Amino acid sequence: MCTHVTETLEVQGSAKGATGWIRVTDATVYFDHPVHALADHTLNIDLRRPADGPAARVGVELTAASARSLAETILAVLDAVPAALVES
Amino acid sequence: MYDAILAESVQFAGANGDLLEGYSARPLDATARGGVVVIHHLPGYDRETKEFVRRFAVMGYNAVCPNLYTRLAPGASHDDAAAVARAQGGVPDDQVVGDVAGAATYLRALSNANGKIGVIGHCSGGRHTFLMSTELPIDAAVVCYGGLIVGETPPQMSSMVPLVDRSPKVRCPILGLFGNDDKFPTPEQVDVLEKSLTEGGKDYEFHRYDGAGHAFFSPDRPSYRVEAAVDGWQRIDAFFAKHLAG
Repeated sequence: MCTHVTETLEVQGSAKGATGWIRVTDATVYFDHPVHALADHTLNIDLRRPADGPAARVGVELTAASARSLAETILAVLDAVPAALVES
Repeated sequence: MYDAILAESVQFAGANGDLLEGYSARPLDATARGGVVVIHHLPGYDRETKEFVRRFAVMGYNAVCPNLYTRLAPGASHDDAAAVARAQGGVPDDQVVGDVAGAATYLRALSNANGKIGVIGHCSGGRHTFLMSTELPIDAAVVCYGGLIVGETPPQMSSMVPLVDRSPKVRCPILGLFGNDDKFPTPEQVDVLEKSLTEGGKDYEFHRYDGAGHAFFSPDRPSYRVEAAVDGWQRIDAFFAKHLAG
């Protein structure tokens, strides 16, 4: 189905999209049909800067297993970094 | 036989008189014919949906798909527009009703229109199609694996209420096409919907396919099931031929 399970959050950082680097301010995380990935459903992440319009976006579509692995890896990397470096 | 069609982007008034973008395909033959509104799914006004529109024109109908995200992201690519819609919690049901009504008005105004209107949608568009069968003066509705007609609504999309309680308001024949391996809607949810239509004495026919899940009509996705899709298209052809003739 077109699932409506969607979470949004504010983020700070940059992402490189079709028009170059974007200072992203918002993220949307959801599970739904992909545009491009070869799977029925994928974990999708949109890193966005709405102030610059709809095209200021980097989209990612990952299989559920890949997304879980990526999330665990991100947390593992953050946990391995000296705490003083990740306070902000 | 003259079989030319014209496919193009058009504009017409939707809910609140807002100017909407739409994708239209229609036979150039002057013979009077029915119209079909195609409602796109939550991921947007995409190439695949536009292919559906052209297919209906080849089948002999005037067809149009309103871009339900016109207001949110005018001129944006369909995937970027869908991302904006997603982040804003989707589009309100009442607005979709007005937009589809505008699309129907556009079709009825064509010089070769016979006044009959069918609506079809897949996935979330299937849910919207069921909603149209209760809200608009249309002649036929094709619900392809519409989710959230029955069942709980995710808290993130609280505006998308379940619709099954509106079955008594259904005002046109419904063709429902579902996969028995689907999780949204499950076969049990389809049972609930069918029961409500039966109890309401509504004109409907459901076809359920073994070995098919969600999105079995989508040829570019792993979910495509050729037997279900081919049979489904035949059902759609017969259903619209019966109800949109005139």
